[in-house]
Amino acid sequence: MVRLLAIGLGLFALWLLLSGLFKPLLIGLGIVSTLATLAIAQRMGLFKKANNDTQHSFVGFILYLGWLAVEIAKSNWSVTRIILAKTITLQQTLFDVPTSQKTDLGKVLFANSIILTPATITVETENKTFLVHALTEEAADLDALAEMDRRITTIEYDKGDA
Amino acid sequence: MSILDIVINGVSWVSIVTGSIFLIIGATGIIRFPDFWSRLHAAAIVDSAGAGLLLLGMALQAGLTFVTIKLVLIGIFLLITGPTSTHAIANAAFVSGSRPLGDKSGKPVVPADVIEPPLTAEPITAELNEDLTSKT
Repeated sequence: MVRLLAIGLGLFALWLLLSGLFKPLLIGLGIVSTLATLAIAQRMGLFKKANNDTQHSFVGFILYLGWLAVEIAKSNWSVTRIILAKTITLQQTLFDVPTSQKTDLGKVLFANSIILTPATITVETENKTFLVHALTEEAADLDALAEMDRRITTIEYDKGDA
Repeated sequence: MSILDIVINGVSWVSIVTGSIFLIIGATGIIRFPDFWSRLHAAAIVDSAGAGLLLLGMALQAGLTFVTIKLVLIGIFLLITGPTSTHAIANAAFVSGSRPLGDKSGKPVVPADVIEPPLTAEPITAELNEDLTSKT
């Protein structure tokens, strides 16, 4: 319940920030859409008490974003070179990548990170391993993806350790 | 105009121009690449380098204002929705049997462990038939 209220207030604050107008009509619309969003999220089961033993470190996440930005720049450059080459040479592959995250949030972060770096796309996430599509043999680098996997897993920590 | 202003303005213009160039490169890639899967990668350039650099350049132009906060929010939303929609498209293509050109991984067209329960039309048509027969 506290969580629901906090998310509701956060959503309404976001509405006020983005609208910047304080007419009754607009505030009313803001309240209605906040309530609608909460109702949809409730229906999707997003407020169910998840396993709270594993937490995520915010500082670790920010540090990870910095590392990810460099990786994105590097792979952007490699795909740019392929696009601008006289003849396009691709060796597309689908391959499995093992994951070690405990939480859903960690898995989402890993899958999204793989897609954000051009030249790799997460295709299937149903199982313990992700199915990843790579543009070239060079991009299908399991070591680099294992490094990413390790870095995301270090963001997660058990409550007892902290 | 102080030196700092000139530097910020310069960095801002460099990132706006580079971002635009990446948009053009991404569009070129979408046209030049041979099949669906490789085109997704070209679109990823537009998403990450193109949009990212343009937003950075615009934020530097706006300075510390409300506009910058909104630009950062746009960036955050793009970072979440872009990959998610790319994954949705790629997953739909994979499940419906599309495979990359020259793929040698030998992934079965309908992997048994991926689709559960198997997508067969039989139970639905059977129900429909029962309905039809009961009415007549």
